[in-house]
Amino acid sequence: MPSPPVEQLESIARTLRVHALRAIAAANSGHPGGSLSAAEIVTALYFGGVLQHDPRNPDWPDRDRFILSKGHGVPILYAALGERGYFPVDEIMTLRQVNSRMQGHPVQGMTPGIEASTGSLGQGLSIGIGHAIAGRLDGRHFRTYVVLGDGECQEGQVWEAAMCAGNYELDTLCAIVDWNRFQLDGAVEDIQSLEPMREKFASFKWNVLEVDGHDVQAVLEALNAAKAERGRPTCIIAHTVKGKGVSFMEHNNEFHGKAPTGEQLQVALAQLNGGQEAGVRGGRRDGVRGLREQSPKPSP
Amino acid sequence: MLSTRYTPRIGRATREAYGDALLELGRKNRDVVAIDADLAKSTFSWTFGKHFPERFFNIGIQEANMVGIASGLASSGKIPFISSFAAFALCKGFDQLRMGAAYPHLNVKVAGSHGGISIGEDGVSQQSVEDVALACALPGFIVCIPADEVSMTAAVHAAAAHRGPVYLRLGRPKAAIVHDAPLDFVFGRAITVRDGDALTIVANGLLVAQALMAAERLADRGISVRVLDMHTVKPIDVDALTRASRETGAFVVAEEHLHHGGLGSVVAATLAQTVPAPIAFVNLGDRYAESGKPDDLLRKYGMTADAIVTAAESVVRQR
Ligand SMILES: Cc1ncc(C[n+]2csc(CCOP(=O)(O)OP(=O)(O)O)c2C)c(N)n1
Ligand SMILES: [Mg+2]
Repeated sequence: MPSPPVEQLESIARTLRVHALRAIAAANSGHPGGSLSAAEIVTALYFGGVLQHDPRNPDWPDRDRFILSKGHGVPILYAALGERGYFPVDEIMTLRQVNSRMQGHPVQGMTPGIEASTGSLGQGLSIGIGHAIAGRLDGRHFRTYVVLGDGECQEGQVWEAAMCAGNYELDTLCAIVDWNRFQLDGAVEDIQSLEPMREKFASFKWNVLEVDGHDVQAVLEALNAAKAERGRPTCIIAHTVKGKGVSFMEHNNEFHGKAPTGEQLQVALAQLNGGQEAGVRGGRRDGVRGLREQSPKPSP
Repeated sequence: MLSTRYTPRIGRATREAYGDALLELGRKNRDVVAIDADLAKSTFSWTFGKHFPERFFNIGIQEANMVGIASGLASSGKIPFISSFAAFALCKGFDQLRMGAAYPHLNVKVAGSHGGISIGEDGVSQQSVEDVALACALPGFIVCIPADEVSMTAAVHAAAAHRGPVYLRLGRPKAAIVHDAPLDFVFGRAITVRDGDALTIVANGLLVAQALMAAERLADRGISVRVLDMHTVKPIDVDALTRASRETGAFVVAEEHLHHGGLGSVVAATLAQTVPAPIAFVNLGDRYAESGKPDDLLRKYGMTADAIVTAAESVVRQR
């Protein structure tokens, strides 16, 4: 599927942010900061023509896999999956409520489109390796994408997986690190520095790319460059801003795991909608709607 | 012992009491060192950390490493208190706890916060429902689940005074106060919070307050209930259980945990070898829960005063 124009992707990213924030506010619980920082990454994957998938057939064996290893960022993924038609978009508003499929962290087998149960940080890249190896064994050509938090990369398992993927030359595997420089208790650099990050992945035999994680065109180009890479997995270090898109959440780690109040939500929605009255049913949805008409790659 | 009618008085969360007690310990004992794995503000180890930055290490998101470091600290004479969510400290650090704390019987204290499903909305990945089973599977560990701020404070001091590994489960929500301070608290000795002779409810953590509420309602129906706060699952209080079995003849065991390997299993095994009696179990069963408001979840998964009353009524008929 060809990529739509950049302006349309930017508009979609805004829509996803709106969904995520409204759901978190309705639940009065959740993680705004790390949802917002990943908006362009998720947009590029799901709406930029990168992922080959079929929302009507989530188990299609040749689908590309997407694993949100930093599971607490799942509201932005639910927004993308809902807009893509995996489930009714309104279901997102039941986030974190009892009897809802919109669990606080991703749950495999419960929510269509969710490939792995995450939320205990550090595990997604290993699962991605499993998919990549299975694809190789079966002669299938799907790709596997894993989004990691930067704080998450303090877990030893991430580096066991990095070592393994490099040695196995898994070029169908692509890790994207949401490099927003904050974790739960504060700045990554203050708590347990990961630097030099590029050199770490490179020394584990990965192709490493760095991009502005809010420049959706740049993210898209990096993802496409990763597709062309042979003999090595690719790690995209996406430089992002935690809470991106909402002035009082940007660079403010208070919103790592705290929902906005009703009032804060209104301010946030106004900012995201460029001063217009908030509400996704309003103006800014054309981007997504237009895309939904295009059928994704049909399953065999 | 509470003899008057029990009206729940909400106190601090046990995790908050943990932080305050740890700070007090830190003032008294320079060998106390605390480590956390990027949850210091949630576990309240930060209460200690802000006062003793030189003895506090927020090492980032690496629970297994944290346990290993504690093992080294304890081997070199320190008293490490390590904290994270119970789900991560126990599950991710289990082999390190086995080899680095239990087997060498080191002076490592583990505080697992956000025990049970009453953490609510975050859902299964953060809900610890197997920590008691895991901790009990570590020979030599004391395993303790305090019910309120009063017993948590006592438990932290008891943990520091005890030479050997200790696991404390901390809770997220504010907890009803069920004990009066100062509390006569000893690991392995149950606290009778209400006396009765027709049934014994054995509970720990948040379920102690629920047990007291259930006991009142059962009393209104003419069933006289004893409530034991079995804060220590290991070593279990064999005397209190055998006495209760002889004097009341039936049990409900209530806990925020899976059915297998928790308080229920330990009580059943103990009674089977001493004075057998019918037992009903109030726990999560053999399944995971989900996201939701804590009260919604406790109701849906049957860990409330209501559930205890129902279990009690069926078990007294079996006496
Ligand atoms: C194993 C594990 N330890 C601790 C936590 C609690 N926790 C949830 S989010 C978070 C911080 C994550 O930081 P980062 O990976 O940088 O994510 P982001 O900044 O994108 O939110 C922590 C410690 C967890 N979910 N899993
Ligand atoms: Mg981060």
